[in-house]
Amino acid sequence: MTEAVAETLATEIAFRNFNFYYGKFQALKNINLEIFRRKVTAFIGPSGCGKSTLLRTINRMYDLYPEQRAEGELLLSGANILAKGVDIYDLRAKVGMVFQKPTPFPMSIYENIAFGVRLHERLSRGQMDERVEWALRKAALWGEVKDILQQSGMSLSGGQQQRLCIARGIAVKPRVLLLDEPTSALDPISTLKIEELITDLSDEFTIVIVTHNMQQAARVSDYTAYMYLGDLVEFGETDQIFLKPKQQATEDYITGRFG
Amino acid sequence: MNIHQRRYLVNKAALALSLVAMAFGLVWLLWILWTTLELGVSGLSVELFTKMTPPPGAKEPGGLANAIAGSALMVGLATAIGTPVGILAGVYLAEYGKHTALGGVTRFINDVLLSAPSIVIGLFIYAVYVAQVGSFSGFAGVLSLALIVVPVVVRTTENMLLLVPDSLREAVFALGAHKWQVIMKVTIRASRAGIITGILLAIARIAGETAPLLFTALSNQFWSLDLGEPMANLPVTIFKFAMSPFSDWQSLAWAGVFLITLGVLAINIAARVLFRDKH
Repeated sequence: MTEAVAETLATEIAFRNFNFYYGKFQALKNINLEIFRRKVTAFIGPSGCGKSTLLRTINRMYDLYPEQRAEGELLLSGANILAKGVDIYDLRAKVGMVFQKPTPFPMSIYENIAFGVRLHERLSRGQMDERVEWALRKAALWGEVKDILQQSGMSLSGGQQQRLCIARGIAVKPRVLLLDEPTSALDPISTLKIEELITDLSDEFTIVIVTHNMQQAARVSDYTAYMYLGDLVEFGETDQIFLKPKQQATEDYITGRFG
Repeated sequence: MNIHQRRYLVNKAALALSLVAMAFGLVWLLWILWTTLELGVSGLSVELFTKMTPPPGAKEPGGLANAIAGSALMVGLATAIGTPVGILAGVYLAEYGKHTALGGVTRFINDVLLSAPSIVIGLFIYAVYVAQVGSFSGFAGVLSLALIVVPVVVRTTENMLLLVPDSLREAVFALGAHKWQVIMKVTIRASRAGIITGILLAIARIAGETAPLLFTALSNQFWSLDLGEPMANLPVTIFKFAMSPFSDWQSLAWAGVFLITLGVLAINIAARVLFRDKH
């Protein structure tokens, strides 16, 4: 999006011969994909194609469910996060996530942000205040909540709650931010705010977004991966995917002939 | 008669039946409350809270001070013992043992305990504690009441935690939290109102239990807060006094009934208010 610095593409995340299973069902088939640092990458495809599954492997969310497992390599900044002995708590500090439905915690707005920070750092009261303000400013929410920081996070509107969740994610200062259909439960104006935010945040974070909304993928992402039935069909620069897809299947999906 | 008229009539009939059923239930409840109020209020006096339970044929008017204190002490201690056990077991069932064999067995046993008649629990404590020690005691009463508290708290804690959506748990995990942090700092907090409601309902339940105390704490005519001794309490005193031929005893029994009813009503209202605020 921003072309200030000369385009130096660094790989943040790389899938190598990556397979994923729900029990015996293979949900992802031999995925090979590179996600670039401080770029927005969108995963698109019809329901059940595996795009959310793929996203949820990057912070090893699937570890919560014993019947799910991954094979192959998943490199974050060059290190295989599927390897034995990887500290998943530390991994999740590096890879933040925002979900489809806003999930504010049952505590004040301030505590919603401070909660995640306290899991990983010991900050003084003043440092924490600064961090909370920093995260809320980054999430374009500071102006709306700066006078009501002690109110419950649940009292905010849906769009504000989602920005609170984004603030909560970035307060931990991750390298990567995973967004799983972050606007599918929001109205168009809230959606617009989140999209603008995604563009701003990509200056500092590597962002991976799953979306059902093709226009959204076209608007916010630099790179797009089209998936179908567990296969990565096509990956490339968003402009190329949307204007000159190499695969007929991609074109059919994007033009609405299928999906 | 066309189909719309018929639906209109069926709707009216169903509504009327529901109202009758509601009125039927409510009449008995109001009748109970009214009787308690009518007979209980006349026995209310300052002496009720300052004087001990009187011997038969006493010249001086007696009170229920020892029974009130004994009940408060035993109910308080039973709650203090039963609540942490119940919450921890409920957390285990909802967060750790959801699909495990141990969880299934625990849940089943808890349900059995939940529906066990309280007299069985009283006899159980009598057999394993009172008979062994050789005397009725306040502590035995506390144990039997705590045994009634545990399954109620386990059940409500588990149910309330299961109401917390998994998406909220995932959101906490996604920040890099350990499981105990997820539970202690978020899921329990999210279901706090429900869990407290469960505790209050457990208190309301044991406040009026007579059978388990009859075989354990028994009763005591005098002021005693010694847990090693038989302890006076409202339900057993009511039981004893209400069956007696003495009019002053009967009047005290009604006053005791009134106090318990008032207390239970207050707890139920508190539970409702708490729950409403959170939803």
